[in-house]
Amino acid sequence: MKWVYTSQRKEYANALTELGKTRTDIVVLDADLSSSTRTVEFAKKFPERFFNCGIAEQNMMGTAAGLAASGKVAFASSFAVFATGRCWDQIRQSIAYPNLNVKIVATHAGITVGGDGASHQALEDIGLMRSLPNMTVIVPADGIEAYKAVMAVADHCGPCYVRLGRADVPMLTSMESEFTIGKAAVLREGSDVSLVGCGQMVAVCMDAAEELQKRGIEAEVINMSTIKPLDEETLLRSVEKTGAVVTAEEHNISTGLGSAVAAVLGERLPSPLKMIGTPDCFGESGESEELMRRYGLTAERVALAAEEVIRRKRQ
Amino acid sequence: MHLYDDQTIRMLESKANIIRRHVIKMTFTAKSGHPGGSLSYADILSALYFNVMNHRPDDPQWEDRDRLVLSKGHAAPAYYAALAEAGYIPVEDLLSLRKLGSHLQGHPCRQKTPGVEMSTGSLGQGLSVANGMALAAKLDRRPSRIYCLCGDGEMEEGQNWEAAMLASHYKLDNITAFIDRNMMQIDGPTEKVMSLEPLADKWRAFGWNVLEINGHDMRQILEACEKASQIKSKPTMIIAHTVKGKGVSFMEGAVAFHGKAPNPDEYRIALKELGESI
Repeated sequence: MKWVYTSQRKEYANALTELGKTRTDIVVLDADLSSSTRTVEFAKKFPERFFNCGIAEQNMMGTAAGLAASGKVAFASSFAVFATGRCWDQIRQSIAYPNLNVKIVATHAGITVGGDGASHQALEDIGLMRSLPNMTVIVPADGIEAYKAVMAVADHCGPCYVRLGRADVPMLTSMESEFTIGKAAVLREGSDVSLVGCGQMVAVCMDAAEELQKRGIEAEVINMSTIKPLDEETLLRSVEKTGAVVTAEEHNISTGLGSAVAAVLGERLPSPLKMIGTPDCFGESGESEELMRRYGLTAERVALAAEEVIRRKRQ
Repeated sequence: MHLYDDQTIRMLESKANIIRRHVIKMTFTAKSGHPGGSLSYADILSALYFNVMNHRPDDPQWEDRDRLVLSKGHAAPAYYAALAEAGYIPVEDLLSLRKLGSHLQGHPCRQKTPGVEMSTGSLGQGLSVANGMALAAKLDRRPSRIYCLCGDGEMEEGQNWEAAMLASHYKLDNITAFIDRNMMQIDGPTEKVMSLEPLADKWRAFGWNVLEINGHDMRQILEACEKASQIKSKPTMIIAHTVKGKGVSFMEGAVAFHGKAPNPDEYRIALKELGESI
């Protein structure tokens, strides 16, 4: 499919500066990456409500917690690998346990960080965040959804994690599409297999569905933009119809979307399932596109997996 | 400088003593908890809750209140005792410490206990939270002061020094922090486990106004708090030299009572030494 590309980071900045105009309770913190996360746009417009914490993510999260405990809605940003892993205990103890209004919006998630390599490629962040009670976890599929997710978490009571990428991603949704925290969207209907994706892998699923159609397979594509709480009803309704599932994520399959889906299906509707994502490994340097291919995050791999689960349900 | 009359000092010393008795009863009843580090800062707690802080126990969410973050969360027994004596929670609840279903968790929980400003227990995190509260107070132009009580062993956590930088960078002169310098941590004397000295110089080097006091001398505590509130553009760290287990002879300076409750004999002796016969 020919895609138009959008920047999730740019839309994050747009949403923040829009919020800043009317919501005086919104404050933004960053850890020396404001030009990369784009929180610098908020800083330019509302300098008194922006706090650069320097390269000190643990203190940033605690400071965000203190602001939230005083009635602010605190957005804290950094790269996903640092915003979740470097300060996980601070998020657990000072944000999630006291259920505070801190919105962790991380950019540069996943393998597509590219040249920086494994140290900067967060493939565990969804797992780290979804294991925390009280935490809402959102992985927007494109720029427009990133904008809506940021708007939504600003109104949501409690801690949230929003996972954004570095690279531009295909535009899947429109300003008119509905976005609600905890609600998945069926982007394409089909009866043979359910392709459940998050982030830019939803576009990959759409491409796979197009390819599968040529092979006579009707795939249903679900944009599971909220990983926690997972929209179990939409998932089950789809799988009841199709009887086979492929999950797709730019994250390790042991703690991300795939395992969240597997847990639900395992208990409520055991079905043939294949997870596309990174295996139990770290990433490496390379171009985004090359890395997506190297780690099997492609429409071709999703299509092959779909054929495999369809075969399995017939056995 | 404010002169504190003898009556005020005696009242605060008496409150500190009551807090200490509660600590003994609570940890004895719970059969666990942290008496040592609770007794060492009982005088500071008394000064803050019954004289220094501007707060309303009948309206815990009052916006302009001063706030206290107990970074050394394991010293919860004394904290709860102070909150109870101040009127945030019923005194009779104190003996439910650490029991299933109690709102008095082993470490402070913001959502369970009125008056608790922040959930703590994982060390080294309180000062960052105090930073956030201090920034919020400045943004909203509220007069609130933020008090943060830290342990000395806790200073080994690197996050404190990140927080130290931010507080001086943003000129958070509405923070008064304390280090309960009792020289002990679980594995032994702080200087043996991990050297902290020169502690005051470290805080000065990080841009803080540093005061050193005897943390059991009520007048010194009150005067230091007043000095801190007058300093402009700098946060204040009060290094309070204390004795772990203060007030109970066999707990004083005894590492063993960092995280151990008194047995029945020790319980009776401790309360007797604190002036209560049972």
